[in-house]
Amino acid sequence: MKQTAQDIWVFGDYRNYFQTRVTLQLLSRAGDLAVKTGSAVCAVVFGHNLDEYVKEYIAHGAHKVYVIEHSSLKKYSMENYVWLMERLAKEYKPDIILVGATSFGREFAPRLAKLLGTGLTADCVGLDINEQGILVQTAPAFGGNLLAEIITPERRPQMATVRPGTFQEIPHDYERKGQVIKIPLPKDLPKERLRLVHYQRKPHRGQRIEDAGVVVCGGRGMGGKNRFKKLFDLARLLGGEVGATRPVVYANWTDPELLVGQAGKHINPNVLFSFGVSGAIQHTAAIRDAGLIIAVNKNPNATMMKKADVAIVADANQLCMALIKELKKRIRS
Amino acid sequence: MLKMIVCIKQVPMVSELNWDPRTGTLKRDLAEGMMNPACHHALEAALRLKELHGGHITAITMGPPMAEEVLREALAIGADRCILLTDKRMAGADTFMTSFILARAIEKECPDFDIVLCGCHTSDSETAQVGPQLTEELKIPGAAYVEWLELKENVLRMKRLSDNFLETLEMDLPGLVTVTTSHYQPRYVPLAGLQDAYDKCDIITLDADDLKLKIAGIKDSPTRILKVYSPDSEKKNIEMKGPAKKIVEELLDKFGRKIGGEIQKDLKAYGQEQ
Ligand SMILES: Cc1cc2nc3c(=O)[nH]c(=O)nc-3n(C[C@H](O)[C@H](O)[C@H](O)COP(=O)(O)OP(=O)(O)OC[C@H]3O[C@@H](n4cnc5c(N)ncnc54)[C@H](O)[C@@H]3O)c2cc1C
Repeated sequence: MKQTAQDIWVFGDYRNYFQTRVTLQLLSRAGDLAVKTGSAVCAVVFGHNLDEYVKEYIAHGAHKVYVIEHSSLKKYSMENYVWLMERLAKEYKPDIILVGATSFGREFAPRLAKLLGTGLTADCVGLDINEQGILVQTAPAFGGNLLAEIITPERRPQMATVRPGTFQEIPHDYERKGQVIKIPLPKDLPKERLRLVHYQRKPHRGQRIEDAGVVVCGGRGMGGKNRFKKLFDLARLLGGEVGATRPVVYANWTDPELLVGQAGKHINPNVLFSFGVSGAIQHTAAIRDAGLIIAVNKNPNATMMKKADVAIVADANQLCMALIKELKKRIRS
Repeated sequence: MLKMIVCIKQVPMVSELNWDPRTGTLKRDLAEGMMNPACHHALEAALRLKELHGGHITAITMGPPMAEEVLREALAIGADRCILLTDKRMAGADTFMTSFILARAIEKECPDFDIVLCGCHTSDSETAQVGPQLTEELKIPGAAYVEWLELKENVLRMKRLSDNFLETLEMDLPGLVTVTTSHYQPRYVPLAGLQDAYDKCDIITLDADDLKLKIAGIKDSPTRILKVYSPDSEKKNIEMKGPAKKIVEELLDKFGRKIGGEIQKDLKAYGQEQ
């Protein structure tokens, strides 16, 4: 019983435009869904001097862009943005709202869902439309190795957050046409009770693991902090970066920034080494786009070994050392 | 007096619950409960505020009766009062319902609070949604992922890292914060304190009727789980075993070109020269 197709909205989260392409990735996925529902894909964006982003969103597949632009929206403001989005969603009644799971999005989306009285699924790894035209949201469940398909059967809009890197953006095309709907700042926007007094960009450290061509990922099977450190030597030899699983980060063997997985970074290296990693879904969901996967595990039946192109049954630490030695030889030659 | 509320969840001790692929069930019995780490940090943040400004801390949890354990722990470390929300009708609540129930309990038991502190996320589901949704339920300002906080008169000053920006924020009270695990390293639980906590202080237990709620956790939750399955995508792969040195040579002989791609070096070459 489908009524006229309602729009699919994507929240325009542009604060880290060059690092976080998640809005563009969501526009791309929304485009796939819209083909099935016959809806339009809309980006919704708030702020000041937004022309560039509006152009980019259209070039990346938005059919419409709702824009509220005002000098008082210069700062990224949780309260203002949630309030404005609620107002627009209640007026235009989208069928679906997708939000990138940035720090901002992860706070923005649940607040919005609550105000709209609807459900929200966090960290979806898959989004699809079923025969009833309902959004099926696939997300990791119960700790380890399971995926759950979740729907919001009755309430609308249907809402999901998605981690950066989960979907692929479509290439930009500046010939694409889109409708820009400029909406004036509502006069009754309440005074902020939470104020951003100061902000500064965090200094950047070198290459980012998300962009690395080679990633050497280590898990609990590395056996200790000092042994884990060897992975950095290996990564350096290959011009790559090191990634880690959650137990490694929890045990403080390395920096939380290196966490690969649902709660950390999505990576898409050409070559991925995986040392002593069991292959839980929260981890493997983030390495789906890796090219050649080489797993080292003493347990040949570990899930990670089944997901690898080369499954090496060995002690992770010994193999790491042997590989470093052999690489040094070959690089010199 | 500063009135604080700390929301706490009991989570399984092991981060990875084992799943029995034959029966399709979780082996929950292996999972001993503990206080969710981020909630523990939130409690610590409240304790430090209390040390500086005086005050009163109410710890609240919603969960099965055994979740009482984390409240005892909270009492042992310094919470003043504890509330356990437990009721079969609350089971299966999603974040929308959970935040709804927590808000009603807070309004009933401590409506004149100044600050609500939550963990920024739980280790068992990590949706990070309950805190922000509770903010809206209570119609107060809120900030998530707070790393550090300081109270000056009736304004809470906070620092956090948000999408590569270091932010300093100010918030009018009453308000809600969700606290990360980066700064407020929890103190140890004194064993004696734990014993006292079992003896002296009663825990207020409330069910749906006490809160005058006509609810069903699962039925009233907007989201529905359709199915749960194990994703098994197995690759047809090459297995290598034996002495490490031999494996490494074989690996580079076979894949040296691809592996050396990033450093523009054909790592296969050496093997072939031999
Ligand atoms: C809500 C939630 C979010 C999560 N998010 C993430 C996330 O973002 N990223 C993440 O990684 N995890 C995440 N997890 C945790 C995840 O479920 C797994 O627990 C974790 O990925 C397992 O890490 P591991 O493979 O290093 O450790 P383990 O599962 O303990 O596996 C260690 C592996 O090493 C092997 N091994 C042991 N000794 C050796 C040796 N000497 N040589 C070779 N191999 C050896 C073992 O056979 C085993 O396969 C999350 C969990 C939850 C509940």
